[in-house]
Amino acid sequence: MIALATIPVATLLVFFVLPVGGMVTRGLWVEGSFEPLGALEVLTRSRTHRVLWFTAWSAAVATLITLVLGLPLTFVLYRVRLPGRQPLRALLMVPFVMPTVVVGVAFRTLLAPSGPLGALGLDGTPTAIVAAMVFFNLAVVVRTVGGLWEHLDPRREQAAAALGASPWQVLRTVTLPALAPAVVSAASVVFLFCATAFGVVLTLGGLRYATVETEIYLLTTQFLDLRAAAALSLLQLVVVTGLLTAAHLGRSRREQSLDRSSARSVARQLRRSDLPALAASLLALLLVLAPVAALVVGSLKVGDGWGFGHYRALGSRREDSPLLVPVSEALVNSWKVAVDAALLAMVLGCLVSVVVSRTGRGRRERRTLAVLDGVFMLPLGVSAVTLGFGFLITLDRPPLDLRSSPLLVPIAQAMVALPLVVRTVTPVLRSIDPRQRQAAAALGASPLRVLGTVDLPTVWRPLLAATGFALAVSLGEFGATSFLSRAEQPTMPVVIYQLIGHPGADNYGMALAASVVLALLTTLLMAVVERLRFGSVGAF
Amino acid sequence: MSVLPARMPTVVVGCVVTLGLLAGCALESPPEDPPTDAVQPVVVATHDSWNMSKKVLREFTDETGYDVVVQPSGDAGALTNKLVLTKGSPIADVVYGIDNTFASRAVDEGVLAPYTPSDNAGADFEPQATDVAEQVTPIDYSDVCVNVDDTWFAEHDLAPPETFEDLIDPAYKGLFVTPGPPTSSPGLAFLIATISKFGEGGWQDYWQALLLDNEAQVTSGWSDAYQVDFTAGGGDGDRPIVLSYASSPPFTIPEDGDEPTTSALLDTCFRQVEYAAVLEGAENPEGAQAFIDFMLGSSFQEALPDNMYVFPVDPEAELPELWAKYAEPASDPWPMPESQIAELRADWLRAWAELAGQ
Repeated sequence: MIALATIPVATLLVFFVLPVGGMVTRGLWVEGSFEPLGALEVLTRSRTHRVLWFTAWSAAVATLITLVLGLPLTFVLYRVRLPGRQPLRALLMVPFVMPTVVVGVAFRTLLAPSGPLGALGLDGTPTAIVAAMVFFNLAVVVRTVGGLWEHLDPRREQAAAALGASPWQVLRTVTLPALAPAVVSAASVVFLFCATAFGVVLTLGGLRYATVETEIYLLTTQFLDLRAAAALSLLQLVVVTGLLTAAHLGRSRREQSLDRSSARSVARQLRRSDLPALAASLLALLLVLAPVAALVVGSLKVGDGWGFGHYRALGSRREDSPLLVPVSEALVNSWKVAVDAALLAMVLGCLVSVVVSRTGRGRRERRTLAVLDGVFMLPLGVSAVTLGFGFLITLDRPPLDLRSSPLLVPIAQAMVALPLVVRTVTPVLRSIDPRQRQAAAALGASPLRVLGTVDLPTVWRPLLAATGFALAVSLGEFGATSFLSRAEQPTMPVVIYQLIGHPGADNYGMALAASVVLALLTTLLMAVVERLRFGSVGAF
Repeated sequence: MSVLPARMPTVVVGCVVTLGLLAGCALESPPEDPPTDAVQPVVVATHDSWNMSKKVLREFTDETGYDVVVQPSGDAGALTNKLVLTKGSPIADVVYGIDNTFASRAVDEGVLAPYTPSDNAGADFEPQATDVAEQVTPIDYSDVCVNVDDTWFAEHDLAPPETFEDLIDPAYKGLFVTPGPPTSSPGLAFLIATISKFGEGGWQDYWQALLLDNEAQVTSGWSDAYQVDFTAGGGDGDRPIVLSYASSPPFTIPEDGDEPTTSALLDTCFRQVEYAAVLEGAENPEGAQAFIDFMLGSSFQEALPDNMYVFPVDPEAELPELWAKYAEPASDPWPMPESQIAELRADWLRAWAELAGQ
C-alpha cells in the first residue's frame, strides 16, 4: 500500500524539498564555508522578535475567529434546510480566488478614513489584517468540516437529546467529538494559511506590521540577505513541523468510525434554538459579502455615473488599454492552468489520502504513515518566495531543466492545493469503518474492488469538493504565477494586478470589473460542483 | 452505510466524461513552444510591469528572425536578485528593467556582459560610472514626483504645495500619502530624492517631520496610495497629495474635460532610468544584442509611453499627443550616483524603517 505513495513523495522531493533545500543551503554557505551559526544571528535581532510575535498571535487569533464563525456557518449551510444554501456555499468560495492585491484594496476602500466604514478607525490596524485572514479562510472551515458534518448520522444526537441532554450538551459531547478530526484538520490548514499570509499583510499592514513571510520576501528580493532569509525559512519549517505533530496527536486521539446517513434525512427544519448559530452565520456572511459588494459597486462606477462600461472595456482591445491580451483570453489561460493544477493535485492527493488513511500494521508502519501525512502539509507552511527562488536555482539543469517550462505554474499551484485535497478527503476515508473493507475483502473482493464499492460511494462527494478547492486555489493564485509565468499567457490575477498598477480611474474600474468576473466564474463553478452533488442525492 | 446507489452507472459515466473533458483541456494546455525554424529565440527577463504590443514585437521577429520569449520576474529588485542568484546559469539572454537603483548590484555581482549599441540613442542617460555604463544601455526613464489634486485644492481654497519643504508645512498636515521605500520602487525613489536634497545628515529629520508632525501616510505599494487614498484616484480617497509619476496627470483628464485635474510637482522628482543588458553566459548573445538595438529603434521607443507609462530615452521619439501636452519630465531631477545607491541602500532602508516604525 505504501508503494502507492512513491509518486507523490517523489513529486514533493523534486518540487519542494530540493528547491527549499537549495535556497537554505545557499543562505548558510558563506564564502565557500558552511556557517549555520552565523545565520542564527538574525534570530537575535529585536525586529525579528517583533515579526515572530506578530505572526504567531495574528495567525492564532485569526484561526480562532475563523472557527468560531465558520462552525455555526457550516452547521447552517449543511444541516439546516434553508432556502438558498447551495448558492451561499458556492459564494463562500469567492474570497479564495480573489487576488490578494484586490482584496487588500477592497478592504482598504471600505476601511480607509474616506470609506463607508472609515469611522471605525480600523485602517492600518491588526484588526483589519485579522479580518482579512478570516475572510480568506472561512471557506476552508466550511468545506472541510461540511463534508463530514453533512453525513453525520443524526440518530446519536437524537438519542442524546431523548435522554435529556440539552442542545449545548449534545453539541459538546456528541457532535463536536465526532467532527473533531475535520475541525483540527481545518484549523491546522487555516493557521498555516494565516501564518504565511503575504499580500494581504503587506497591503493592510502598511509597513508597521510584518510577518515572517513578508520579512523573508523583503530580505530575499530587496536586501539579498539570503542568510537571514534562510534562518527564517528554517524557523518556519521547525515551527510548522511542531504544529503538525501537535495537530496529528490531537486528531488521531479523536478519530473514530462514524455512522453515516444520507443527506436527505439529515438536513432539518430551522428551530428556535438555531438562532445563535444563525446570528454567527450572518456575521460571517457579512464579512465575506461586504468587501465583495465594495468591489461590485466600484466596478459599476463609470465617471460620475453608473454603468457596465468597465466590463465592456474588458473584452475590447482599447487603443490605450494597458492589457496585453483581452480579459477573455486571460480567463481561458487561467482555466487551462487551473485544470492542469487541479488534475495534478487530485491525482497526487488521492494517492496520499488512500495511503495515509489506512491503519498501519505495527508501530513502525503507523509512524511512517503519520509522518507521510504531515509531510504533505509542509508546502503550506513554508515561504513561497523561498520556494520560488529555489525553483530558479535548483531546477536549471537536466534532467530537471524545468525552470522555463510552462508546466511549472500548474505544478507550483498543485503543491499548494495538494494539502487541501488531502485534508478534505482523508478524514472522510478514515471515518469509514475498516471492518467494511475487511468484510468485503473476506468475501473475495480485490483491493481495487474494495476501493470501488466501499470507499468510493462515500468519498466521491468530498472528492468533488476537493476538486473545487483545487480549481479555486489555482484560479486565484498570484504569487507563484507572476513569478513563473510567461508574459504572453497571463492569468486573470496577473492581468488584474497589471490593471490596478496603472493610474487612471478607468484602469482601476477595469481591475475591479475583472475581479468581479473572476468571482462570478468561481461562484458558477462551485455552484456546478454543488449541483452535481445535489443531483445525485436522490440515488442514495 | 448505504449500498451502491442505483444510479451509480450514470454517475460513473458522468465522471468519466467530465474527466475526459478536463484531460482534453490539460493535454491542450502546455503552451506550444513557438515554432522555432532552427532559430534560437531571444529570452527577455523583465519586471512584471512589462507590456508591449504584439505588433511591435512581431516587427523584431520580421527584421531579425528571432522570436521573443518574455519572462516577467517580479519588480526591479526581485528581477535583479534573481539574476544574481542564477549567475552562471542565466534565466534569459537579455534583461530589461533593471533601474539605476539596482544596476550597480547587478554589475558588481558580474551577471551582465559588456555591450553598447553603435547607435546609442539614450547616451545622455548613461550612468556615471564607466564600468556600469559599458554593460547597461538606457532604454526609458520615468520621473517619480509628488502629484497634487488641483481640483481639491481649488475647492478648499488652498494653494497646492510645490517643494519638499512645503510638504512639512502644517497647512498640509494629513494630506500626503506615499508608498513605503522598502516595499515599493517609487517609494525608494522618493526617499533617494529627499536624501539628495537634505543630505546624509538631514534626511532623517525631514522624514521625522513628514511622518510624525505632518502625519503623512505610508502604504505598502503605489496602487494602494494612488487608488485608495488619493482623492483623484479610483477609490475616492481623502488625501490630495500623493507620490506618483510625472506621467500620471494625463490619466486624470475627465471624460467631459480636456485638461488633467492633477499635476506633478517637478521640483520633487527622482529619475528612474531603466536599462537593458546582455546577460553573462547567455545562450543567444547575438539575439540579445539585436533586441537591445531594436529597443532603441523608433517603433519600440514610441510604443513605450502607451504600453509601459515611461518616457523613451530617444529625444527624437515622438510622444503621444496627451503626453506631449500634459506629461512634462522634470528639468532638474534630484541626482544620486548609482554606486552610492548600491552601497548605502540597505543602510538607508534600515534607518528609514527604524524611524517609521516608531
